[in-house]
Amino acid sequence: MNSIRRISRRQFLTRTGQATGGMVLAVTLAPVFTPGNALAGPPAKSVLAPNVFVNVREDGIVEIYCYRSEMGQGIRTGLPQVIADELEADWDRISVIQAQGDEKYGDQNTDGSTSIRKHFDVLRTAGASAREMLVAAAAQLWNVPVGECEARNHAVRHRASGKRAGYGELVPHTAGIAVPEAPTFKARKDYRYIGKPMDLLDAKAMTTGTAMYGIDTVLLDMLYASIERCPAQGGLVRSFDASAARKIPGVVAVYELPKPSTPPLFNVLGGVAVLATNTWSAQQGRAALKIEWDHGVNGAYDSENYRKELVASTRNPGTLMLNRGDISKATQGAASSHSADYYAPHLSQAPMEPPAAVASVADGSCEVWACTQNPQETRDTVATTIGMDKDRVAVNVTLLGGGFGRKSKPDFAAEAAWLSKQSGRPVKVTWTREDDLRHGYFHSVSAQHVEANLDEAGMPTSWLHRTAFPSISSTFDSSNKGPSAGELTLGLLDIPYAIPNLRIEAGDAVAHVRIGWLRSVCNVYHAFALSSFADELAQKSGTDPVAYLAKLIGPRRMLDPGQDGAEYDNYGQSIETHPIDTGRIVAVLEQVAKNAGWGRKLPRGRGLGIAVHRSFLSTVGTVAEVGKDANGKLRVLELWTVIDAGTVVNPDRVTAQMEGAGIFGMSLALYGEITARDGAIVQGNFDTYPVVRMNEAPANINVQIMSVDAPPGGVGEPGVPPVAPAIANAWFAATGERLRELPFRKAGIV
Amino acid sequence: MAVDLNINGKAYSIDADKEMPLLWAIRDLVGLTGTKYGCGKALCGACTVHLDGASIRSCSVSVAIAAGKKITTIEGLSADGEHPVQVAWRKFNVPQCGYCQSGQIMSAVALLERIPQPTDSDIDTAMGGNICRCGTYTRIRKAIHSAANGQS
Repeated sequence: MNSIRRISRRQFLTRTGQATGGMVLAVTLAPVFTPGNALAGPPAKSVLAPNVFVNVREDGIVEIYCYRSEMGQGIRTGLPQVIADELEADWDRISVIQAQGDEKYGDQNTDGSTSIRKHFDVLRTAGASAREMLVAAAAQLWNVPVGECEARNHAVRHRASGKRAGYGELVPHTAGIAVPEAPTFKARKDYRYIGKPMDLLDAKAMTTGTAMYGIDTVLLDMLYASIERCPAQGGLVRSFDASAARKIPGVVAVYELPKPSTPPLFNVLGGVAVLATNTWSAQQGRAALKIEWDHGVNGAYDSENYRKELVASTRNPGTLMLNRGDISKATQGAASSHSADYYAPHLSQAPMEPPAAVASVADGSCEVWACTQNPQETRDTVATTIGMDKDRVAVNVTLLGGGFGRKSKPDFAAEAAWLSKQSGRPVKVTWTREDDLRHGYFHSVSAQHVEANLDEAGMPTSWLHRTAFPSISSTFDSSNKGPSAGELTLGLLDIPYAIPNLRIEAGDAVAHVRIGWLRSVCNVYHAFALSSFADELAQKSGTDPVAYLAKLIGPRRMLDPGQDGAEYDNYGQSIETHPIDTGRIVAVLEQVAKNAGWGRKLPRGRGLGIAVHRSFLSTVGTVAEVGKDANGKLRVLELWTVIDAGTVVNPDRVTAQMEGAGIFGMSLALYGEITARDGAIVQGNFDTYPVVRMNEAPANINVQIMSVDAPPGGVGEPGVPPVAPAIANAWFAATGERLRELPFRKAGIV
Repeated sequence: MAVDLNINGKAYSIDADKEMPLLWAIRDLVGLTGTKYGCGKALCGACTVHLDGASIRSCSVSVAIAAGKKITTIEGLSADGEHPVQVAWRKFNVPQCGYCQSGQIMSAVALLERIPQPTDSDIDTAMGGNICRCGTYTRIRKAIHSAANGQS
């Protein structure tokens, strides 16, 4: 993934340049997003600001800048937990401020489940620096050695004399204190917030309707835009007639947007925008537009035809991505063999809040409010789109009503900015649900072919795995013809099975829609194939699937796909600090089996299925209990999930992510499917793109977090991949019917 | 045309096409943004409000139909955010992204007014129209039972 992102980043930097200078903010006269727990107080006279993340004010309030986007993962609670813990701050005297998009914060791209795993030390350093400076100030004030003073709950104390000073009163005395280069972190046993289930800081706002999302920003004199885009990706407006649209009461203006770019990048998609005094009038005006389209090169995209191409791509040798041993030698002398094909369709992230943004371009500057996962990319894209230096563009990050990868792509903010520039007024762009499902950045459709030779015990002596899917790279590179190594690192090149001869190949596939990240990305379909095929081999050999999987994963060892020639980046972190430790994978497998009562007697028509998968540096095991109801339909009755994410900051949020991943995984397993016909996406709303509802939710989603003293792994995504194969394996256990294609609705059982 | 709406006990006179869905009148003309857009076709429940005490999907009810009736939005559910259902939601830390929760809470309140002690099956039926893409359903069930039992 990182390699892909670097490509796009370079392109943007080249095009926009790297300007510096003073920021001039547009004047805003309306409700602006304010954090739920902001504490009011007079402006402080002096402030301790050891870094860009923390300010300790003279009134004792600790301001913490949340520079990561909140989309339901709980980072606006988790991030301050880490800083406040190291700072020894009182939880009731912190104020969380949502940071704007700015390189000074480092990486703000909230995806890849990185907010804790990649930022834990940054956050600890931010808090510990402030703590050490306050302690040093107190020691200087009292003229005692620093080592005799300690920080505890928002105050510094001198042990021998019992002298005590609150953080606020120490702030003026920190003026001459240097910022420590490498502050000492607290010992794990002394954590007061890290590892504790702190309540959500935004809960009150979220339960009273006062939480502000991208769609909620309102500016004075603002216009509301609705945009009709070409049904086929990359198509152009040939001509349009807006005379009827202009007659709709409330409609103010109509603009043709700039043409879509090739490759699409994060740029606007073209089309015709109707601007009105309210959303409804804009939508009515849009419906009255008459547009002639040139559907362009993707105008014939048809999912049924494409499927044949994709499957064919896995039937012939592809590009070698990893090789261990020699699979051809294993063919001779094999006791038996097994092969299977797996297929999974495009998906849409479908966050409950569709893409929405407000922009105000005035007096040579631009201010944006957007539900963006990537505020710096938003700033870059907006600057490029409206031809403005980025130091004149400010991006405010609202809460995100779900993201799941869609809101990593700031095309919708670019639309708002371009329309504001044209109209000379603030503009809010709100995508409809149909826009969201038809014009997004889709999770890739994929085909996989797996072949194994087996020994007499039914264990594979060789494994050939071919995967073919249009690549996310195609969104940034028109010449792309298929999967990148970065995408195969997502759950395939790190296959944890002890197979002596292993060959992984990637098949060509050309994209006809914009391809983008969706929660867990390629891990979704790679885990589906790997965990399904392992279960097939277990069943074929007549072995219990848990025992078989444990044997297949094999003895404890630290895997390194690089040793088999793979380009493997371990999710951008060191394989030494975050090893692929097969012992930890087996521990998760055995724990989740135990929790689910694996092996217990079940009524007829019921089954348990298991899958375990490492992604984003964490391992998750899932057991599904399914039943076949009186109508022959699949019901997911209960889920058990165990996660090893190393050090965990907020166990309640981790549990919530596992619960949510269970439902998200069920939605893509049972229902999720985006298809194209004549270049246009067929689905349009939650009737044709169903997701799991309350009445389908399992009775319980039982979550356990493994207690492991290791650096933190990711949390937002790793819960999703094992869900679909666990359900498929459970359905096999219940019925003897094998599901090799997502979604299961296609098999007529949902 | 002028339409008179009674929202959270306050009278509003808005200038709107009589076919305008109540959702957009509440959000864009009245300025209460706690009620959310999710689908526009009564498929997701994010826009749920109460009309004379019954839960409705405001994206699919016109202002003409809502005129003269008592409309309650999430902002009007309680003065201080301390309605037992809101309290129960916080007790179980139900929200993830939080976007659908206004609609979830409005549906849950209407359910409990109709059936003070709902079964899981009652909850499935009453809440089946409210989608949560983050997947908070199991906590919503717990919170509704907790509110029903006066535990919050």
